[in-house]
Amino acid sequence: MSDFFTEAVLIATVAGAIRLAVPLLLAALGETFGQRSGVLNLGVDGIMLLGAFSGYYTVLKTGNVWYGLLAGIGIGVILGLASSLISVTLLAEQGISGIGVYLFGLGMSDLLFQRLVGTPVPISKFPKIDIPGLSDIPWLGGMFFSHSVVVYLAFLAVPAAMFVINRTTFGMNIRAVGENPEAADSLGVSVSRVRWATVTIGGTFAGAAGAALAIDLGIFQQNLTNAQGFIAIALVYFGAWRPLGVMAGALLYGFVNSLVLQFKTLGIIPQSWSDIAAMAPAIITILALVIVARRFRAPSALTKPFTRGT
Amino acid sequence: MADVPMLEMKGITKRFPGVLANDKVDFDLFAGEVHTLLGENGAGKSTLMKILYGLYQADEGEILLNGTPTLITSPTAAIEHNIGMIHQHFMLVETLTVAENVALGLPSSRGALTDLDAVSEKIVQLGSQYGLEIDPEATVWQLAVGQKQRVEIIKALYREAQLLILDEPTAVLTPQEVDQLFDTLHQMTADGRGLIFISHKLHEVLALSDRITVLRQGRVTGYTTTEGATRSSLASMMVGREVKLAPDKPDVETGSAALEISGLSVIGDRGNVVIDGIDLTVNEGEILGIAGVSGNGQRELAETIAGLRQAESGSITIAGTDVTNQRPVDVRAAGLAYVPEGRMKDGIIGLFTVAENLLLIDHNSKEFLDAGLLNFEAIRTHSQDLVDEFAVKTPSLDTPVRSLSGGNIQKLILARELSGTPTVLVASQPTRGVDIGAAEYIHKRLVQQRSEDTAILMISEDLDEVFGLSDRVAVMYEGEIMGIVDPKKATREQVGLMMAGVSQEQALA
Repeated sequence: MSDFFTEAVLIATVAGAIRLAVPLLLAALGETFGQRSGVLNLGVDGIMLLGAFSGYYTVLKTGNVWYGLLAGIGIGVILGLASSLISVTLLAEQGISGIGVYLFGLGMSDLLFQRLVGTPVPISKFPKIDIPGLSDIPWLGGMFFSHSVVVYLAFLAVPAAMFVINRTTFGMNIRAVGENPEAADSLGVSVSRVRWATVTIGGTFAGAAGAALAIDLGIFQQNLTNAQGFIAIALVYFGAWRPLGVMAGALLYGFVNSLVLQFKTLGIIPQSWSDIAAMAPAIITILALVIVARRFRAPSALTKPFTRGT
Repeated sequence: MADVPMLEMKGITKRFPGVLANDKVDFDLFAGEVHTLLGENGAGKSTLMKILYGLYQADEGEILLNGTPTLITSPTAAIEHNIGMIHQHFMLVETLTVAENVALGLPSSRGALTDLDAVSEKIVQLGSQYGLEIDPEATVWQLAVGQKQRVEIIKALYREAQLLILDEPTAVLTPQEVDQLFDTLHQMTADGRGLIFISHKLHEVLALSDRITVLRQGRVTGYTTTEGATRSSLASMMVGREVKLAPDKPDVETGSAALEISGLSVIGDRGNVVIDGIDLTVNEGEILGIAGVSGNGQRELAETIAGLRQAESGSITIAGTDVTNQRPVDVRAAGLAYVPEGRMKDGIIGLFTVAENLLLIDHNSKEFLDAGLLNFEAIRTHSQDLVDEFAVKTPSLDTPVRSLSGGNIQKLILARELSGTPTVLVASQPTRGVDIGAAEYIHKRLVQQRSEDTAILMISEDLDEVFGLSDRVAVMYEGEIMGIVDPKKATREQVGLMMAGVSQEQALA
């Protein structure tokens, strides 16, 4: 255990926590928009997987990680629009249609990988950017200010999301539509337009999250996300549909994950226990979810499709 | 009054599958007047107003605004034509502030960013102008019902509505709040606005309107100016025959205490105290009416008596048997019959047939069992008897109950509950949303049951009903009984004050 309390390990643990939190944070922030407007998109993980593959494949072919990120975003937009069509316009049962999108993403990403790549080839990763001045601070610099641009962007997206949700007319429309779509409709707010926008935002973020994950790891394999998209959905509940809460949840999950990884590397957790330890982040997140989420109320119209005159 | 009406609806027809909701309806409104649209549930009032507000499109007919034929294709278009609507169920987003609710859907002076400070300023100004004071920064779920209604009216005024549709705006208000609302509405007509008032509370219609149009089954069946109209003349126009608004009540000698509640406290769904140490006694052969604005613990009281909700402390006895926190089936065995407030949710199983619903409380009775299996012949005979006796209008005993009208469903529930000659009947909102004909019948049955020595606890928001039927009236406010009054001596105003939390001594002073 004493091996753990060294500068190098502690810095690596915290920095790892932040890095591991990023895909979850991005996916959960996007999903927050959808859920605040009343749409539960269970397809996040599928969109992440296709985003991850398209990001990986683009980097593999072009060698440019930013093209890879853009490819993930592009796929996210397309699948976000498709999800909007299914759950907003076609009024599908949201508890089921999202699982269809997930299964599509899971199967399609693997199929494309087998067909186009076959054996995994590592790709280049996002370059690390040391923030001048800040990254030289002992301990803290290594933990917080020596990451890739994607990490900084993901955390900057938190205040941006807060601003959009709380301070703009679009955000007010989102909150209204998620709480009482009939009332919003009676005042001339187009419920379907708002929901198309939020679900597409959610898809875009999920696509970006997938690409960020693949390019961060520098690899793709079947089911790369390992259900992180579902954890992201849980984090939206955990965060009580607020960006700050969602960020706290993503960091908690990232931290537990990072801790387990370090413990395994240092042999604090015996090898034979590693499968059980791998479940720890999920279990801790679920426990936290049960305790925290009970105090807050979900948007009233969550999972309820809207049609006028019912 | 101006020469050209601000609104003319001519020959409006609207069909829904299997229903003619509006049949060549004509309706008009002049600036500065209140024109009431009166009719039973399902008469087509709401449909007509939804057409005017752009929520539905008429199949035939035209709408003229200030003499110009106009197509209103959406609520947005209606708002642009200065039409506002106060919906029966508040159209408010509970988690947003008052200012956000008002600003919703309107362009902001700051483009993509909200301009709530400017909105708040104007809300305060409108509030002081029309007696609608409200804190623009309060979150809507924190507001009392009367305040929520103010927000609705401010929403319409903020959008510069000249023509305002008020769909049953008084349903959830205390009599004092109604008076306040009417003051505001009078001020609005004095400013040259036109109001369409939808209601079935006849004394309010008479107090507020200039003219009254009556709808029945989608057609205009009556028109009158308020002068010369009376409650019973209006009721007759609505139903199409003579109606008795208050049943004749024979004198009944009250017997011993049948339902005794003492020191009862109950915790509500949100973990707060909803019933706070109340004592009530209902005697055989009497109707105890419970008046109060809904949400003051009445529903919880009924549920606790019926065994559907835990009592925290105190006791409930029926004919001497302690039934506190007993299973519903045991409470029924002790002599309780229960007509719940949520008719569709708690009173029936919508997909079950008429016969099955009539059997719900008796399905274990030997009378309907044959070697442990249901005896369908006995069930059918029993059901047919009840349907005939209570005049339930149904195509057959095998019709799913949810396709019946509200009045017939309520008669069916009453038939089931009264079939076993109960000692105590708890009836919550027995005629809410029920047509006048059925309400008249239900009232008659309640009075008849009283003559058969049943103790009746009747919970109602309808003061006419409470005053017309009760032998004693208990007023409930925030989980407490504010006092018990004699309906022959107390006035509506006194009871109204108590409904708003004023003590009995002060209210009667």
